[in-house]
Amino acid sequence: MKHLLSINDLSREDAILILDTAAELARISDGPMKKLPTLRGRTIVNLFAEDSTRTRISFEAAAKRLSADVINFAARGSSLSKGESLKDTALTLQAMGADAVVIRHPASGAPARLANNQWMTGAVVNAGDGTHEHPSQALLDAFTIRKHLAKGAADLSGLRVAIVGDILHSRVARSNVLLLTKLGAHVTLVAPPTLLPFGVDSWPVTISYDLDSVISSVDTVMMLRIQQERMHEIFFPSAREYTRYYGLNRDRVNSLKPKAIIMHPGPMNRGLEITAEAADSARSVIVEQVSNGVSVRMAILYLLLGGAPIESGN
Amino acid sequence: MSYLLRNATFPNGKTGEIAIQDGLIVAVSSLEPSHKVIDLAGKQVLPGLVDLHTHLREPGFEESETVATGSLSAVRGGFTAISAMANTSPVADTAGVVEQIFRLGQAAGLCDVFPIGAVTQGLNGQTLSEIGAMADSAAQVRVFSDDGKCVFDPLIMRRALEYVKKFDGVIAQHAQEPTLTKDSQMNEGVISAQLGLKGWPAVAEEAIIARDVLLAEHTDSRLHICHLTTAGGVEIIRWAKARGIKVTAEVTPHHLLLTDDYVKNYDPVYKVNPPLRREIDVLALRAGLADGTIDIVATDHAPHSSESKDCEWAEASFGMVGLETALSIVIKTMVQSGAMDYESVADRLSVAPARIGRYENHGQPLEIGKPANITVVDTVAKWIVDRDLMSSRSKNTPFHGFELPGVVTHTFFNGKLVYGE
Amino acid sequence: MKTVLPAPDISRAIVRIAHEILERFNGADSLTLLGIPTRGAHLATRIAKAIDAIEGGQVAVGTLDVTMHRDDLRTRSPKALLPTVIPSAGVEGRNIVLVDDVLFSGRTIRAALDALGEIGRPMTVSLAVLVDRGHRELPIKADFVGKNIPTSRSEIIKVNLAEVDGIDEVTISEGVAK
Repeated sequence: MKHLLSINDLSREDAILILDTAAELARISDGPMKKLPTLRGRTIVNLFAEDSTRTRISFEAAAKRLSADVINFAARGSSLSKGESLKDTALTLQAMGADAVVIRHPASGAPARLANNQWMTGAVVNAGDGTHEHPSQALLDAFTIRKHLAKGAADLSGLRVAIVGDILHSRVARSNVLLLTKLGAHVTLVAPPTLLPFGVDSWPVTISYDLDSVISSVDTVMMLRIQQERMHEIFFPSAREYTRYYGLNRDRVNSLKPKAIIMHPGPMNRGLEITAEAADSARSVIVEQVSNGVSVRMAILYLLLGGAPIESGN
Repeated sequence: MSYLLRNATFPNGKTGEIAIQDGLIVAVSSLEPSHKVIDLAGKQVLPGLVDLHTHLREPGFEESETVATGSLSAVRGGFTAISAMANTSPVADTAGVVEQIFRLGQAAGLCDVFPIGAVTQGLNGQTLSEIGAMADSAAQVRVFSDDGKCVFDPLIMRRALEYVKKFDGVIAQHAQEPTLTKDSQMNEGVISAQLGLKGWPAVAEEAIIARDVLLAEHTDSRLHICHLTTAGGVEIIRWAKARGIKVTAEVTPHHLLLTDDYVKNYDPVYKVNPPLRREIDVLALRAGLADGTIDIVATDHAPHSSESKDCEWAEASFGMVGLETALSIVIKTMVQSGAMDYESVADRLSVAPARIGRYENHGQPLEIGKPANITVVDTVAKWIVDRDLMSSRSKNTPFHGFELPGVVTHTFFNGKLVYGE
Repeated sequence: MKTVLPAPDISRAIVRIAHEILERFNGADSLTLLGIPTRGAHLATRIAKAIDAIEGGQVAVGTLDVTMHRDDLRTRSPKALLPTVIPSAGVEGRNIVLVDDVLFSGRTIRAALDALGEIGRPMTVSLAVLVDRGHRELPIKADFVGKNIPTSRSEIIKVNLAEVDGIDEVTISEGVAK
């Protein structure tokens, strides 16, 4: 595997390998071995053209625990914001000797452009591109679900997951649908009709417009953030109406199955798609998702960079 | 220089000779002795091709193309007349600008360049431009279009349709409802949902076409629909023609071949407006072109410099060049499948566009006394498209590396051999 | 293919190694056995059992995966990690006995020393192997050896253990000439 642009780049076995590797890395780096020499001498560039402290720090921590050198290229103040093109930025990174670029970008497909052109030879890791995908988030979500609900199992067969919210604009939803179904889980998407993508009925999921009819039958409920900008684009009449029908509130939390868990990729709009109570409840694994993120990203970087360099096209 | 073309195959399949002298097709007997003989054995002769939809980028965007480089690209593709769309800078909305473009075409001297006038001032969609002045100018504009943008205000569209009746003009509509397609990037469908690119739904095109054919009926005006791309659009045109509405429609070569599957690797060479659509749309467009529901093929040749394509999809410009590959694509998609013969090719790429634009010297029968605007194509030969060898100043062709049938060998414009030897 | 160490010999070697370790360190109190997965880990478990049978009590035993510390990572695709389990007594100030099945170039043990270095500072580190086949590329030696088996570089030594391979047996066979 040379790049990680989309969950489609991974077979089921690849995905399970990442989860297993992450599990082992979580144990040793929480315990005996905080730092591993595996990527010593490699340079990893975080190219973040979109604000994201959480994901960037997670990738940075992951790279550093593997002894890689990390260079941060944040949009604000960097040449990307001054209008330097993606191509010129890539050529610069190549000249700097980047072995891998972790890229977050507002344009869907920007990581694919980096990977498919001849601008640079390093590995490309998609840390979120537009509304397309966010593979490492899906992997850490699957890791979290497996840890809580499928201990000892390889995959997520038989588990039921509901993803609730702005599916249309969510790269987290797209990656999760691909990965959760690949790992054998059953996925239900819950959203108002305006926030479901055209053609979603061809996806291997169940669709529901009604959260209350779904909430008591799932093992995991994954809440997605509603962006304030969407209010002005007429996807639903008001925040109040959205919260009434699709927000995770106390009543809905109480109808969850006893062992069901609550997830959110962050950042949360407390009071909009999720109440503070739900976010802080005992069933919520939202904070744990963040720490799982580092181990999962270590696994990704190790599996992409820890071995022999792969010739493009393999 | 005069010419005798021997062993020519005419569009109707018959073989014969064509004598060219002083800009006209003449009787063989009246050829001067110093004429040059060209043997066209095995080659197909067509009336000079006419492109009703080209973007020549001059004035204002000369880094992508100029009237001169666009003309060179045109004659390589077998075109003897091209219509220059108005979305230049300044916009071609006055007699002054259209005359400038007209004169640049004459100076290049390779083919006829017929400027298209903007319907609204500066393409603002709100106030009509000086259509009458452009019609009266040296450029004698008859085709008016805001292409690039849609004339979305129904009242403006109505007024424009009515106004051009004075001089038998036609409004060419770029059908795209703007509020449904704000920031749209590619066809709205299963693939756009997977790729996370904002969709451009077919209904945004079809709703405008439906509205405009009804307006054209009401005002009894001529209407032309640019770059049709959907099966639904073909149905609407068919319905409208059955009612006697004076609507004509065009399809681009790329919409006869490519689908939104090509977008999957996010290469902006496939980014075009209106977008590439589904296989089922491609098949409907081909059927519509074959049965005449779609009157013409027009390239929508849209040159863009490499930096506007060498970037992420959302940043990239819309458009593909097409003058040099158009005839080959038509041969590949329509002739080789048996859907059309060369008589139909002559109609869709020369006779009908010339009629719609009222270009009197083009699309004429290949007979004595007619202007010698002639295209010769070796229909058996194949070629591999190489963007670096193209004459257009821009290299944004989606067909780079494709093997295509049909090589244009000679293009005669007003009796002059402007391409080939 | 020839059997150089049949099952009974393996058992005896393990018992003898257990005695030698206890002799060296005056009992099991300060001892931590760390087996290198996969087969080294099983051997460590067996040695630990033997030690417990002799001393009573339960000697500290765990595993130490060296995959991330190998010096040949760049020459092959990344390998899956095997478990590292350090007993609760840790490594600080302990007498660590690394356990592996075959000692060959010594690089695996160098990686194990590196890994151990990340975890803490033992009092001593020694090495127990079932088979020493020679051809060291680094200055590493085994302190406790089941059997010394001189080999040529091209020969292949395979340690089979019941836990993994269904049978206890060490075999030697001709490899492809390099």
